[in-house]
Amino acid sequence: MEYMLQIENVTKTFNPGTVNEKTALRNVSLNMKRGDFATIVGSNGAGKSTLFNAITGAFFTDNGKIILDGEDITFKKEHLRSRDIGHLFQDPLMGTAPHMTIEENMSLAYLKASYHRKSLFSSITKKDKEFFRTQLAQLHMGLEDRMDNPVGLLSGGQRQALTLVMATMVTPKILLLDEHTAALDPATADKVLELTRKVVSDNHLTCLMVTHNMHQALEIGNRTLMMYNGTIILDKQGQERASMSVEDLLEQFSIQAGKELDNDRILLSGKVEK
Amino acid sequence: MLQFFAGSQFITSMELGLLYGLVALALYISFGLLNIADLSTDGCFTLGCAVGASLTVAGHPFLAVPAAMAAGVLSGYVTSFLQTKLGVEPILAGIIVNTGLYTINFLAMGSSSNLNVFGSDTIFSLAKKVSKAKWYKKTYTLMILLVIVLAICIILHWFLNTTLGLSIRATGDNENMVRASSINPGFTITVGLCIASSLTALSGCLLAQYQKSCDINFGTGQVTIALASLMIGQTLIRRGPIFVRTIGVILGSCLYRLIVAIAMKFNMPAEFLKLASAIIVTAAIVIPYAKQKVSFYRRRMSRKAAN
Repeated sequence: MEYMLQIENVTKTFNPGTVNEKTALRNVSLNMKRGDFATIVGSNGAGKSTLFNAITGAFFTDNGKIILDGEDITFKKEHLRSRDIGHLFQDPLMGTAPHMTIEENMSLAYLKASYHRKSLFSSITKKDKEFFRTQLAQLHMGLEDRMDNPVGLLSGGQRQALTLVMATMVTPKILLLDEHTAALDPATADKVLELTRKVVSDNHLTCLMVTHNMHQALEIGNRTLMMYNGTIILDKQGQERASMSVEDLLEQFSIQAGKELDNDRILLSGKVEK
Repeated sequence: MLQFFAGSQFITSMELGLLYGLVALALYISFGLLNIADLSTDGCFTLGCAVGASLTVAGHPFLAVPAAMAAGVLSGYVTSFLQTKLGVEPILAGIIVNTGLYTINFLAMGSSSNLNVFGSDTIFSLAKKVSKAKWYKKTYTLMILLVIVLAICIILHWFLNTTLGLSIRATGDNENMVRASSINPGFTITVGLCIASSLTALSGCLLAQYQKSCDINFGTGQVTIALASLMIGQTLIRRGPIFVRTIGVILGSCLYRLIVAIAMKFNMPAEFLKLASAIIVTAAIVIPYAKQKVSFYRRRMSRKAAN
């Protein structure tokens, strides 16, 4: 299949018909080729997380189609989709079970793949434990020596790094990173970002990464998307993207945001300003 | 006082501790692992008791055990169906099933509120005939219960380390992570509650054969006692392999029964037993918290003195 991910005309409105009505996604369309690494920027409330949730199946969209690797997953249940999708959140505590040990958490992630688990009753072997150890060793955080510690004792950065390893241990078809370094201190954030780059390039993963860092948005990956108010307003790759600077990106953003603002001014004052 | 520990009362307390320890194990799964307050425990216990007693009276003491466990699985399935498929609040689901089970238990005992097993062969009476040795005659009940409980702990240890078992453990911790690991949390809750209910029913069945009777009110208050046992057990053993933790829960149950037996030695009137139980339960739950507070207070005092 040429495209790994195809999102066609997807719309989602929350709480329709009430005072809290919010159209989070308006007619969004997006095609990702195999191996594309796209960064997404946008203001809060633009629909970035909602787009991710639509892909993972946290809710069903109002209309439109989502096709992953040639399969129409529009109405597939969330836990069935997650076999092929890796999803990291901004909150480093969300990806792991705090009362279980590192080894047990990794076991769960490992057994996600049907080719690793023969049945619901398969257990982890010594060989698997060695595999976990090597996976953790590449983090250079010393976690491979603490595999019997409950995850709740780890710091946020360590948990996020662990979640990243868990999400990519079984190669997903698409990796969704929702500001996954936002809650980490600069040093740890760098480490996790380096790991992200390495893991994505080693496994040729298709990846979507949300970031608020404009530099990262243009440097990392091969494609930059910008979302505003539920639509994708910018999609640059290749030469166009290489020739963009951070200022250009910010300018694009304020133009698009300004357009909205102008409409409000029209409504409120009755005047059309240029 | 030391005589007490050699006496038959000690052995009885241990037997009851092992027997009721199965209910504490059930709560370990539903409350400790899944974080669900399952209030159908009382009804489910009586269900196991009723089914066990009925089959024992009918002449099948060994069949009574798996039959009671199967009944428990049904009860657990209904409770989890209400929660996962019909969206009922977990606590309410337990209460609903508990209420409905009252009638079912009544019917299971042949439309009567109690059932007498005296005179029928039970697994205990059959085991008694195995040997004539004096030490055997004193301890055979304890040994049977010990074997059953240890077997359950070993099976639980294996199960809770399989894919399904790990997902059940993770469901109470981080449900989203379970979904992200491609497992349906509704399914894990169902399996967890079915197992927990079957253990509760097993306990009821064993009680029916142990006390040679079954009454519709036997289940009342079981969830409270089991919770206390669980708390005591978790105070003793919090971390370690699953097998060790389950042994801790059983120890908690035995300790609870021991404390109750000692309290009874003070020749209290029967009505005071409930208050004594309430105080013991509170103490069990509060002691770890109190220990923390005392050490905090001590540190504060020593710092004040240093200044």
